[in-house]
Amino acid sequence: MSLHLNDVTLTYPDGDGRLTALDRVSMHVPEGSLTAVVGPSGSGKSSLLAVAATLITPDSGTVTVDGTTTAGMGRGALTELRRHKIGIVFQQPNLLPSLTAAEQLQVMAQLDGRSPGKARPRARELLDAVGLVDQADRRPHQLSGGQRQRVNIARALVNEPTVLLIDEPTSALDHERGAAVIDLITRLTHRQATATVLVTHDRAHLGAVDRIVEVQDGCLGAPRPGRLTAPRRPPGLPPPGSGPAQPRGPRAEVL
Amino acid sequence: MFVAWRDLRFAKGRFALMGTVIVLITLLVGLLSGLTAGLGQQNVSAITGLSADGIAFDEPGDGEDLSYSNSTVTRDQWRRWAEAPGVTGAEPLGIATTKATAGKASAGVSAFGVQPGSSLAPGGTRIGDDAAVLSTAAAEELGTRRGDTLSLAGHELTVSAVRGEASFSHTPVVYTSLRTWQRIAPPAAEKTDAPTATVVALRTDSGADVQAVDQQAGTRTVSRDDSLSAIGSYTSENGSLQLMRGFLFAISALVIGAFFTVWTIQRSGDVAVLKALGASTGNLLRDALGQAVVLLTGGTLIGTTLAAAVGAAVSGSAVPFSLTPATVLVPAAVMIALGALGAALSIRRITSVDPLTALGSAR
Ligand SMILES: Nc1ncnc2c1ncn2[C@@H]1O[C@H](COP(=O)(O)OP(=O)(O)OP(=O)(O)O)[C@@H](O)[C@H]1O
Ligand SMILES: [Mg+2]
Repeated sequence: MSLHLNDVTLTYPDGDGRLTALDRVSMHVPEGSLTAVVGPSGSGKSSLLAVAATLITPDSGTVTVDGTTTAGMGRGALTELRRHKIGIVFQQPNLLPSLTAAEQLQVMAQLDGRSPGKARPRARELLDAVGLVDQADRRPHQLSGGQRQRVNIARALVNEPTVLLIDEPTSALDHERGAAVIDLITRLTHRQATATVLVTHDRAHLGAVDRIVEVQDGCLGAPRPGRLTAPRRPPGLPPPGSGPAQPRGPRAEVL
Repeated sequence: MFVAWRDLRFAKGRFALMGTVIVLITLLVGLLSGLTAGLGQQNVSAITGLSADGIAFDEPGDGEDLSYSNSTVTRDQWRRWAEAPGVTGAEPLGIATTKATAGKASAGVSAFGVQPGSSLAPGGTRIGDDAAVLSTAAAEELGTRRGDTLSLAGHELTVSAVRGEASFSHTPVVYTSLRTWQRIAPPAAEKTDAPTATVVALRTDSGADVQAVDQQAGTRTVSRDDSLSAIGSYTSENGSLQLMRGFLFAISALVIGAFFTVWTIQRSGDVAVLKALGASTGNLLRDALGQAVVLLTGGTLIGTTLAAAVGAAVSGSAVPFSLTPATVLVPAAVMIALGALGAALSIRRITSVDPLTALGSAR
């Protein structure tokens, strides 16, 4: 129930040669923990996320999702793995324009073969968790940027993934909304017990994460515990694994 | 179809526009099909209704095609066919376009000369040298009923029966005896004896060596349905109408293909997201094709219904419109099949959408 990257090297074609985007990167993200990946632009953060999401096959090294090593898997099997085990939160909310907030989530359940009868309550439950039940029937153009980002997060959780991958979730948000989103991610990681990777170039709001790793030119620095640098634990953050009946943190309402 | 249905509703303007185009093309194709079939029947129904499987024409000269208007067969040619082994029926048939009058009414008609009692004409037993069987349209145009008299190219004949809808080269058919027909038809210049008939209508069994008899008799035999191209106006008329119909089918496939190409490109961002989230390519293709088929079927259904309604409204008037399942449903089925093909080719690009593009900031 975790994410393992073992000795992953990824290169891109670059003129006559190859550009090394990830250089023998190893990383372990246990379940119920949040690892933030920070680093300057072009350092390889998105590449790392894409490899973990099985969207790119690395040149060498292995990716293991919930005990399944992806090396040698066909495209269909990888798609299925993504569907069942991996939740992706995109940098842009990437919501489908024709669907309401609730339907964005139902699609995922539908893809997983769940009946509409089961998909609907699941969608409501998750929209409730991100504080959007009242907006369930709105389409993306009727939601604010922060609300869209919360739907994006809820959607990633529909099929109870073991790995949650999040790309620059705050880049389109102002400071306060960004903080609330990180807070929400932290709480959901503990509550849903996902192995979460959060990619960001923005070091603000990282007070509550479990670990921070730095990428520099495709190399991973040593992880340091995030909470040590945090000024304090944010209010409303429950201890890991303490069940679903959490009160929502005050920040979720800011969005 | 979860997303596909919602897309249909969400982008209703675009789909309604495309649906309207499909409705209009289907309507046009339906009308053209009915008209083609109707015109065709006016042209050939007298031949397609013959109880014969082959038609023997006089061998045409070098470089000439078979033609009902140029062919004349002699008594000798007919005899050779009648005596040939494997030929169960060989009946002379004379065809001439002429004018018929009855009272003040007159009409261009096709005079068909057959032997009295022949099975080539409906009510053949009522045909005699002074008696004619009229097709319904001929009787209608001349305002005659059974027992009335009419003048066929100057020859007085009694209407012995009104039967059938036979029509040849857009003129209604009047059946009379071969002898009467011979007096009407102009003699062929190059023949020494008077023409016996235009063609010989044949019924053959497997024992017939058609080629050998053709060579002996100096004839050329084709099947009844192949002989339709020997009706002067039929080939050109039917050909140009079918060409138009073919173009309409091609245009609709292209238009639908173009629409779905643009549509698929527009939503390739959504497709990338769905793929990244774990939707299989097969699933997405199925959805997109289902959406196209829904649109196509809906549009085609409305268009076909409209065409059938228009057809029903004009049938019985002067417009030759044939409203049958073949003229209504076949074009509809072809529209759906070709449209789906056009859509499938454009939807194919879903396969090449890279889910990786869903990451990052630009979509
Ligand atoms: N498809 C590609 N083809 C070639 N080179 C690529 C490709 N994608 C990324 N790169 C290169 O790989 C390196 C790492 O890119 P990556 O997108 O992972 O950086 P990043 O840390 O996410 O940067 P940013 O913070 O700007 O998003 C960069 O030098 C980039 O130019
Ligand atoms: Mg990036």
